[in-house]
Amino acid sequence: MLAYLGRRLAQLVPVLLLISLIVFLILHALPGDPAMLMLAGAEGGAVSAERIAELQEAMGLNDPLPVQYGRFLLGILRGDLGESIRLRTPVTEVILERFAFTIQLSLGGLACALLLGITTGILSALRPNGWTDVLFSLMAYFGMSMPLFWLGLMLIFLFAFQLKWFPPSGSEGLDRLVLPSLTLGFVSAGAISRLTRSSLMEVLHEDYIRTAQAKGLARHRIVQRHALKNALIPVVTILGLQFGGMLAGAVVTETVFSRPGLGRLVVQAILWKDYPLAQGIILFMAVLFLSANLLVDISYAWLDPRIRLH
Amino acid sequence: MFRRTLRAFGSQPQGVIGLGLLLVWLILALSATQLVPYDPLEQGLPPARAGDSPVRQAPSSLYWFGTDELGRDVLSRVLAGAHISLALGFISVSIGLVAGTALGLLAGFYGGWVDGIVMRAMDALLAFPGILLALVVIAALGTSIQNVMIAVGIAIVPQYARLVRGLCLTIRELAYVEAAHVVGSGPVRLIFRHFLPNIVPPLIVLSTLQIGQAIIYGSALSFLGMGAQPPTPEWGLIAAKGRDFFRKAWWISTFPSLAILSVVLAFNLLGDGLRGLLDPRMRMVRVTGQQNS
Repeated sequence: MLAYLGRRLAQLVPVLLLISLIVFLILHALPGDPAMLMLAGAEGGAVSAERIAELQEAMGLNDPLPVQYGRFLLGILRGDLGESIRLRTPVTEVILERFAFTIQLSLGGLACALLLGITTGILSALRPNGWTDVLFSLMAYFGMSMPLFWLGLMLIFLFAFQLKWFPPSGSEGLDRLVLPSLTLGFVSAGAISRLTRSSLMEVLHEDYIRTAQAKGLARHRIVQRHALKNALIPVVTILGLQFGGMLAGAVVTETVFSRPGLGRLVVQAILWKDYPLAQGIILFMAVLFLSANLLVDISYAWLDPRIRLH
Repeated sequence: MFRRTLRAFGSQPQGVIGLGLLLVWLILALSATQLVPYDPLEQGLPPARAGDSPVRQAPSSLYWFGTDELGRDVLSRVLAGAHISLALGFISVSIGLVAGTALGLLAGFYGGWVDGIVMRAMDALLAFPGILLALVVIAALGTSIQNVMIAVGIAIVPQYARLVRGLCLTIRELAYVEAAHVVGSGPVRLIFRHFLPNIVPPLIVLSTLQIGQAIIYGSALSFLGMGAQPPTPEWGLIAAKGRDFFRKAWWISTFPSLAILSVVLAFNLLGDGLRGLLDPRMRMVRVTGQQNS
């Protein structure tokens, strides 16, 4: 197990280096003077020559690119991601302040997706091509094809303004988490539902299920005790991927629900041309996603010893 | 042979429905300039009932989809926006298809260190999930609809590279490909005679599904203010502008969103239909169907 862990961590090093390079290049791929662009975007109005010179000096933009990249890397290792131009605070501080909102939303969305997806997947698999199966398959198609922002707007309209069950926006408290989590979860539920369905249908054809049937077990007992555990393994393997989807979906969902999370902030940072802030958040989200994937892989290897040997 | 294929496709309801829906949208997009009842950019259209305000008029016999916050006809704007979203889907998927297939062939055909470098690079790109990678590119290129096409194209490159590489590894082991290699076929001949024909069917399936995905990403980016700029009748942008009035004028955001939904649905249905047709083994598996824009 330790060897497996070491190998996985070693594989991550080149990927992390590449990610940092990609994020670093964002700023330098821009045509024109980055200091000028950032100041015009983030502070607006006329940009004075002194302010440009000051920022170029502060960010070391006059140094050769490899030197700048080296400094960027060293900064990351020290947890220093530079300073936001618009907010005038260290980027790390802003991220630490806000990332809890995004994590809550992602986990809430994941919980909704799993609950909806697995339940409908099981019901579909028990009666393939029955009317519930057709209904859920239609729902899955709609979930996969629907613009996230419109689903959010409709849920706000229906549950916040018409029925007044939940607040329309904001961040404090669990009740404000329900609608955005549902929005995010519904979209992924379709994929999980389809996967659960096909996996459970496959498992139900296994020999040990026939044995259980032959010894006279009730159908719901067979599904609960024997089939489901094995059928859900593929669902577990895509959990990391789904979590990444939630992080990405948070960008739109947080904007629609006006939640002060990282997803909404990264959009604002890009529109403000606040590059240190945008770089920091994007880097943070990528590392978060990689960690989630690693965690899923480790738990999976722990559950299934065959994985470790590969 | 062609007949049999046609019949097999016809026996799959989702593929036929998807194709039909897509054809309707293609016709609408191509003839939009003739079909639009009003100029999609004209503001302050006369109210359906005398004395009303021209802005945010509810759907009526005069304005089927109502008017927007500036008094423009929503139906005309939705029709005029069809070619934008379809073009976005096709162009960005072409970018992803060409670049991703080339990289995947490179990695899968040559293997070794080439494979190592290409696939590590793809791993790094995949670390930015979903729309986040497109955001990275937009951050670097600036906001515009052209850049959205490039950004979404780049965002889907890894999907193609991974698929093509995986297929190459399988094809390389096929007996007749090995035989061709042994008798001295060069790499160009091998790739064009043996690899590409085997790769094309799964590529068609993936591309159909990806076009829908690309339209979702593109409209989400425009919704966030990073793509099309006013007054372009882009669907995501129309929905974004109507967002503040959703309570009192739901139609402004809803009709362009329904347009997105139906176009993406068409591609998803068609893609699944084609998958069942071209690759029966893959019929059950659809793990990649996550969108999360």
